[in-house]
This record gives sequence, C-alpha cells and structure tokens, in this order.
Amino acid sequence: MTKTITIEPLTRIEGHGKITLFLNENGSVDNALFHVTQFRGFEKLSEGRRFREMPSLMARVCGICPVAHLMAGAKACDEILAVQIPKTGYMIRESITLAQMIQSHALSFFYLSAPDFVMGMDADPMERNVLGMLTKEPQMVTDGITLRKFGQSIIAMLAGQRVHPAGIIAGGVNEPCSQETRDTILAQIPEMIRITERNLDWFKRTLNPTGRSLRVTEFRDEIRTFANMKSLFMGMVNDEGELDFYGGKLRFVDSARNIVVDNIHTDDYAKYIGEKVEKWSYLKFPYFKPQGYPQGMYRVGPLARLNVVDRCGTPQADLELVEFRGLASGAVLSSFYYHYARLIEILYSLEKLEQLMSDPQILGKHVRAMAGPNSPEGIGVAEAPRGTLIHHYKVDENGIMQWANLIIATGHNNLVMNKGVLQVARHFIKDNKIEEGMLNRIEAVIRAFDPCLSCSTHAAGKMPLMVELRSKEGEILDTVSRGSA
Amino acid sequence: MSSSVNIITLTIDEKQVGARENQTILEVARENGVEIPTMCELKGLTPSGGCRMCVVEVAGIPKLLPACMTTVSEGMVVTTNSERLKKLRKNILELFFSERNHICAVCASNGFCELQLMAQKVEMSHVHYPYLYPHCEVDASHNRFVLDHNRCILCTRCVRVCDEIEGSHTLDIKGRGIEAQVITDMDQPWGDSETCTLCGKCVHVCPTGALIERGMAVGEMSKRKQLLPYLTQMREVKT
Repeated sequence: MTKTITIEPLTRIEGHGKITLFLNENGSVDNALFHVTQFRGFEKLSEGRRFREMPSLMARVCGICPVAHLMAGAKACDEILAVQIPKTGYMIRESITLAQMIQSHALSFFYLSAPDFVMGMDADPMERNVLGMLTKEPQMVTDGITLRKFGQSIIAMLAGQRVHPAGIIAGGVNEPCSQETRDTILAQIPEMIRITERNLDWFKRTLNPTGRSLRVTEFRDEIRTFANMKSLFMGMVNDEGELDFYGGKLRFVDSARNIVVDNIHTDDYAKYIGEKVEKWSYLKFPYFKPQGYPQGMYRVGPLARLNVVDRCGTPQADLELVEFRGLASGAVLSSFYYHYARLIEILYSLEKLEQLMSDPQILGKHVRAMAGPNSPEGIGVAEAPRGTLIHHYKVDENGIMQWANLIIATGHNNLVMNKGVLQVARHFIKDNKIEEGMLNRIEAVIRAFDPCLSCSTHAAGKMPLMVELRSKEGEILDTVSRGSA
Repeated sequence: MSSSVNIITLTIDEKQVGARENQTILEVARENGVEIPTMCELKGLTPSGGCRMCVVEVAGIPKLLPACMTTVSEGMVVTTNSERLKKLRKNILELFFSERNHICAVCASNGFCELQLMAQKVEMSHVHYPYLYPHCEVDASHNRFVLDHNRCILCTRCVRVCDEIEGSHTLDIKGRGIEAQVITDMDQPWGDSETCTLCGKCVHVCPTGALIERGMAVGEMSKRKQLLPYLTQMREVKT
C-alpha cells in the first residue's frame, strides 16, 4: 500500500515548514515535498510607500538577518537615486555586512546545529539543544555566545542598534565611524579569530576523529545523504574572484567547479534567474534560466560561495579553503559541509573586518550621497548569511513604490532542499519502515541550509515540523510531530 | 498703563489658583504647574479643540470640556487627572492609532513623534479598537516636502500655521469625520500648488510623520517647533 508521511513542525530553523513523503507500494520513498506554509506579502504592502522607507520596511521581514535586507534594500535605493555612495559609506556598509555574517553564522552553527554534532543526531531532543551542550562542551557555548555578541555589537555601534538598525539608508549610512568604535572593534578581533580557529579545529576533529580521512567519520551517512548531489552554485565574487558579500558580481559554477557564467552585473539577474511557483508551497522556486526548470537547480550560501570563489582573499581563510577544497575534486557537493563553510566564512569575515578597520579611510566623515529619485528602477543584491539576496524596486517619478520583487537565499536553495529531503528519506525509510532517527535527519538536512522561512516567504511565526504519512489516495495513515524547540 | 482685566479665582485639582478672566483652563493650569495632555494645541496657534485630549471635568457640568477652548470663570472647580479622564485619554489615543496606518518602525519621525511620545506618556499598551487600515496616498509631488496621509491625525496645526502665520492658506481640510483629509489648494497635488511659499512651517508643527522634508530616512525627521512663538510674536507686532 502506498503511504504519505508529513513532518510538521520542523524545529530549530526559522519559519514554518512541513514535509510530505510519498511511499510507493514497496514501502520505499517515491517523492518528498518540502512545503513552506506561511505567507506575508511584503512585496505587496510596500506599494505606495516612499522608497526611502524600503530598507527599514524590508528589514522587518526578518529579525535574524535584517542587515542583509537593509543592504539589498539600500543598494536598490542607491540605484533609484542613481548615485555612487562615498567610499567611507561603502566601507561601513561592508563592515556591517561582515558583522552580520559573523553573528548569523554563529547563531546557525553554535545555537542551532552544533547540538546535533555535540550531543549526537539521535540524542533526546530535550538535551539536543544549546543548553544540553553546556554539560558536554561548555567552552563551545561560550564561544558561540561571544562571537554572536561581537557581531551584534558591531552592528549596534556602526548602524545604531543590534536588530533592525536605522543607520543603513539610501545613499550610504547616516553616521560616520568614530575612532573609538574602530579601536573597540580592532581590539577584539584577535580573540575572535582564536575562538573561530578553536571551533574550526574542533569541527574538523569531529569529522575526522581517526586523523586519516574526512570520509571516515561518524557523520558518514549524513555527509553522503544530506543533499549530496550535483547542482549549480551561485555567489557574488569581486573582480579578483574573491569572496565579496557586499559589492561583487554574480558567478555560477557547475558541480565540477567550472565557471558557467561569470561577471553577471547584479542588474541583469533576471536574465539568468527565473522563478517558478508550485501550488503546494508559498516559497517560490528560482532556477537558472538557461538550463530551464527544474534542471537549472542551484545552491547559494556558504557552501556555494566557497565553491564559486577562486579564493577567499584573506590569509587564514585561504588556508582553510585549500583544506576544504580537499574534500572533493570538483565542487564540494554534500550540503552537510554548509556547517564547515560557515566556520570558514566567520574566519574570513573577521580577517576582512580587520583589514577594513585598519584602513584610515574608515574614519572619513563623508558617508552619504544626497539626491532625489533619479531612476525609476533599482536592483540591490547582497550576500545574506544564507546566500544571495535580491531586492528589485520600481518607483514613480516622485519616488513612490509601484512594485517590488524579492528573491531570498532560502528560495534559491528550495529545489535542492526538496531533493535533499528525498535523499535522506530514501536512505532512512526502507521496507515501509521508518528507521529510528529519520525525523532528526530530515530536520538536520534542512537545518544544514540554515533556511529562513520567515524571510523566504517574508512570513512570521515559530518553526515547527510535522511528518505525515499518506496513502496514495491521500489518506493520512500516520503523523509524527514535534513542538518547536 | 492700567489694566482693566478682572482677576478671578478657581480650583484646579484641589489647588486654589488665580487667573485673568479671559484665560483658558489650559493656560491657567500650565501657569500653575498642572500638566494637561494635548495633541492639536500648539502655543502660538489659535486653539481648535479638535483632538479632545485636554478634556477636563468641571463641577456642576455633566459633560467634559476641552481645557484649550474653555475660559475660566469665578469659583470654577476643575479636575484634570481623574481615573475617568485618564481612561478616556487613552481611548482617544487608541482611536488615533486605529484610524490611520501609524507604523512607527519605518516612519521618518520615529523617535521624534508627539503621538508616539503621548502613547508612552499615558501608558497605552494596546489598541483595543480594530485597525481600519484605510488606503491613504502619499503625496510626494512637492520638491521639498512630503505629505503622508497614513500618519495624519487631523490636528490641523498645519492648516492653522499656513493660514495664521504664513498667511498663504495653502492647506485645508476636505470631508468630514473619519473621511476628513488635509488638502493643498483645491485638492491638487502639493507639487502643483500655486500658493505654497515653501516656508516649511507646516512640516515643523506637524506632531507626527505626516509632514516631513523630502529625503528624510527613517528616524531622521526632528521638528523645530520652538520658532513658532517667536513668529507669533512677530505677527502680533505687525498687526
């Protein structure tokens, strides 16, 4: 008899999701759907507002990565003003972006995902959380909190407040960086780098306890099945092919790390990225247009960025990248390694931040370009912690919003997340029997992408997961659910 | 020079006070350190009594009276801060919030808004009335200022300052009750106005983010109302 399994709610991710698994007559998994079950409609409610409100308005999409929305929104507004923002303003925005990357990656790795590695994938959910980690790895908990606090404090110092800061505005930023702020940030960076290295070493040791090969690990099954598949990868790189979260151009590579398209000006995103709507999810399915839907499946985010770049562009992160690249001959394909990539990106962000803060220009006073609306359209692209974020606005001659489109990082990963769930489910469901730990693995594969469903549908709410088992005829046969952690 | 103004005595919040007979309860209360909340009133402009925040209880009169419009009389006993008044003021404020779309987080006047400050002052924690979410336009046609009807509380300070101080009467009100709306000239886009002198007084007397200078980002629009009494004095000297 055919069955359908639904997982709802999903835990320790941001937003509302549900998973349905379809079993065939033989009791193995036929198909898996990852539904995003919430809707907000930010694009619609922005219509009729002044474009200058857009960065702050769109930042309300999310409390975890508001800075990414502020950046993409402000960049779109810069295009409407048709200005080039002052160098110091650019550097301050870049610094805030890096601070956001540090705090959000720290949240994803230490708070949300590390409990799976420290306590074990099959540990009791009551213990498999950041508080449970206090008993086994108290230093890691402190490290996570310290790193996150550091990132948040920079956002507060440079942009006004930790969450939804108002300092990132059309034309630049509203306050220059004071010498005191610069010194405070610089003084803390060496300690933050030590913390990151300590945890990178811990993660690598955990993956590779024998010291022989990363392929011999207690997470072997997870590495093999966590959306480990061929796909394209997209990310922003600068003119030298290095990581650039704020101002780069888009690049697509394939699973062999061959460049498919390079140097895409962010204004041309629509030539390469299409969006498909499926009736069973509020989250749209972006795809690489030249390859069509659904073949043009691609990933964004830390793993994708490290696959896309030639190098990071900072010394220690580049050394780590070389080691990371040793995991595969082409692109690193298992989405399990998003966690690893996240730690390398924290290291890069700290080093890059140190470079920016050491440049005397960061203390410049000219941080904002003044202008009125000069262009009817603006596109802003920035790398959010979860991947490339695109804001596209159209305004009338007075700067009143007429239309908006947002493509969110989690959206880009939607196709791969769906296939990842299918891959894990196929591995852990055999002969009509749900293997112990299947639910944990399915949650964990989604968690690896650090999705933000609130962002992706621009929707609010807690993030619970439920699995529903359905017959071919649609009858619910079994339900496994868990409250939000 | 002799003055023929009669001095009277009255009681405000159990305090015996003296006043000139043509003064309003609000003026006398302020002179004697009694604070009565106001929204539409602004020193230097003719009171209009529209917001009803300053309502007070007067012994012997069953209905509540606006302190800004009611002149004092001999032996009057005024209560400005009873539990009933506190509750009513909170309700009035909640009605302001429910009537239009006041989204503080993305407003240019966030942090400088009198409506926001008043809500904090009267400890308004919720809006108990259903929000109306009206569809209101933003008039950004003027090359220096923006009029956002979503944020307007119809206090008419802008209308009064434009008429009484600047003398151009560009701004006025159309419609009645909940349908009322500030207009420029003959309900034309502000940018097409032939009477607007671009003086900006309306912007600086506006208590909320309904009138702002163009180009202001979120939380940047502070208002400079302190110039108004000086301008009023200048007008009085001229007349």
